[in-house]
Amino acid sequence: MKITMAHGSGGWETSQLIENLFARYFSNPILDRMEDSAVVEGGARIAFTTDSFVVHPLFFPGGDIGRLAVCGTVNDLLMSGSRPAYLSCAMILQEGLKIETLENIVRSMAETAREAGVLIAAGDTKVVEGPGELYINTSGIGYMPEGRNIGASLCRPGDRILVSGCLGDHHAAIMSARMGIENEIRSDAAPLNRMVNGLFEAGVGVRAMRDITRGGLATILEEYAHACRYGMEIRQKDIPVSVQTRGFCEILGLDPLYMGNEGKMLLVVKEEDASQALEILRGSPYGEGAAMIGEVTTRHQGRAYVKTDIGGERLLSPLYGEGLPRIC
Amino acid sequence: MTAPIEYVIRRLSEYDGPPLRLMEVCGTQTAEISHNGIRNLLSTAIQMISGPGCPVCVTVSAYIDRLIELSGQEGTTVVSFGDLFRVPGSRESLSEAKAAGGRAEMVYAPAQILDMARKQPEKQFVFAAVGFETTAPVYAGIIKKAKKEGLKNLRFLTSLKTMPAAIRWICAHEPDIQGFLAPGHVCAVTGTKDYEEIAREYGIPFVVSGFSPEELITAIYGLVCLRGRGQTRNFYPAVVRPEGNPEARAVMHEVFEPCGAAWRGIGRIEGSGLRIRAAFREFDAGSDGLEEDIRKNSQCRCAQVLLGEISPGDCPLFGKVCTPATPQGACMVSAEGSCFHYYSGNEGGSR
Amino acid sequence: MCVAITGVVRSVEGSRAEVEIRGNRLQTEAGLVRVKPGDHVLVHAGYILQVVSESENEEMEKIWAELRELEQDYDGAH
Repeated sequence: MKITMAHGSGGWETSQLIENLFARYFSNPILDRMEDSAVVEGGARIAFTTDSFVVHPLFFPGGDIGRLAVCGTVNDLLMSGSRPAYLSCAMILQEGLKIETLENIVRSMAETAREAGVLIAAGDTKVVEGPGELYINTSGIGYMPEGRNIGASLCRPGDRILVSGCLGDHHAAIMSARMGIENEIRSDAAPLNRMVNGLFEAGVGVRAMRDITRGGLATILEEYAHACRYGMEIRQKDIPVSVQTRGFCEILGLDPLYMGNEGKMLLVVKEEDASQALEILRGSPYGEGAAMIGEVTTRHQGRAYVKTDIGGERLLSPLYGEGLPRIC
Repeated sequence: MTAPIEYVIRRLSEYDGPPLRLMEVCGTQTAEISHNGIRNLLSTAIQMISGPGCPVCVTVSAYIDRLIELSGQEGTTVVSFGDLFRVPGSRESLSEAKAAGGRAEMVYAPAQILDMARKQPEKQFVFAAVGFETTAPVYAGIIKKAKKEGLKNLRFLTSLKTMPAAIRWICAHEPDIQGFLAPGHVCAVTGTKDYEEIAREYGIPFVVSGFSPEELITAIYGLVCLRGRGQTRNFYPAVVRPEGNPEARAVMHEVFEPCGAAWRGIGRIEGSGLRIRAAFREFDAGSDGLEEDIRKNSQCRCAQVLLGEISPGDCPLFGKVCTPATPQGACMVSAEGSCFHYYSGNEGGSR
Repeated sequence: MCVAITGVVRSVEGSRAEVEIRGNRLQTEAGLVRVKPGDHVLVHAGYILQVVSESENEEMEKIWAELRELEQDYDGAH
């Protein structure tokens, strides 16, 4: 069975789709009321974010668009220091999409939401013309614990810079699928709750956190340097990149520092808490490859830079353009 | 004894002889030098300048304009490497043309165009075939395959250039260069003979270099040691044989013949290009005569930057009107462009 | 101008060859040079451009030796 325009009509077919698919997989007391809005508990301070997912192909090694759509928004909520609670899920389906494909994606979303401890509390579906793909938007709400205050502008000289694992795997997995290059690289799409909760529960002095998505580590470090007006120094030799991903990057002339990830975070912590933070990251799911890669300095203020293996220094710039593979 | 590479780095940082301006010809080497922060390992008496070996940077506006025109033709898709998309023609870039409804697709291996043509026989495909002697045999191989298969729906818009004539031109017009890093992957095809001749003729040393930071540093030190001598050394022997790859050259010459070519910033240089031979003319998408070079912004000084005559910071547009987000010239677009690297702050530039 | 990468030929079938580059398997065209499984090759734009020698360390040793000679020539001449 395939999606037709009727599934977006708001009539019987739409109800059937919601009932048989979305409500079945996403079922929870709030969604199940099926009202025009979800009504949820409030809090003194809430984090609120939204993200849209248009990835092609829909399924790739290590994940699918559904898992991405949950991880992306959950991780955004986590990075602000909040505890993710609710997501909305809006789907724009193209005519001709197989219902079976949609079901696999919805199931994956439901599983990932369970893993991340969030409820999908509201949803919407539309159907448009097209070659049978789909787009997903998720918005999310998280509760901010009392007194928690983190952000890039709080970074200070001496603070340590950590990443939670190997860089570039998601980007490389997607590009490999598109380009027909065979390897075992898998997307890192993952919700980072356990890792982030672990850090706060242990009382680690977290200055700032960011999930390293599009634009890559370099773009974020540039933003951080700009925000705190100090230098962000990283060491080339300590930046974790898997052998396969490194080889893949060489084939296409890509730089892992500018590649997107979907389950990796950048963490800046107080110097005295750095080794504890690294231990917590490494002991958490999805954090086994974590590494301490640099520190905040008073050199090159307002810029991020790399100490290269050969002893040189390279200033980083943000990603310009689309991060296209280049050959020449 | 310290490791040789550390010794070489120390010698280069302590160098206090006469000032040296050394040109790395190849754009990939420009990118690697920048990427590894090699410039700040060198004594201030050694200046690395970037040569004309970034194919995107030396492509004239008439070529980009023609690509854009083709991308707008009914049923035609332009296929290209990623770098070319953002290069401004006289009015707009291929990227902008695509946003306005033009059809353009990006690939990483030009042979992918064969599959595209086979799968969609009702459509026309044009490959934007830019490059040097490294890539020309690749295009030649594809054209031969297409002819053998009788494919009628793919063509090539060529802007192929050959290095020796351009380097001769630079030697003749830019006396203040004391050495060249010869382009390693070009030499893998061509061999080293041309460079030996140029070195002797102009009394300037050439060192064929690989692309790792260690190889680049070693080759730069080779040039420092060779200064003042018209000699050539091959420091990339694992890949570059003196005779190059004769088989690849034979395929290249079967499909292409030498011609004059227009270089952005330099103009026409006789014998510095390749064009499709008459026997394969059906695969040419109208590449002849694309020599006009109208800069989108008349103040753009990419030309002099390309020749190492001025530093990017000396251009009135640099960092103001012209940034990687709003490139006015090709040198700011390409990951191999001097202006792009200078803007990133790696060449002592300020912004 | 020319991003190229070295890998090892895994199999050859007609004019096509599978090249492994640090765990990535790439389908390449082999029409520009004769190759056999096990060869170390240079790949550019999807084509094998050259068979490369594996004795990189040996080559590097030769280059160091050459550099020493060049240095001596130079120091002697000035």
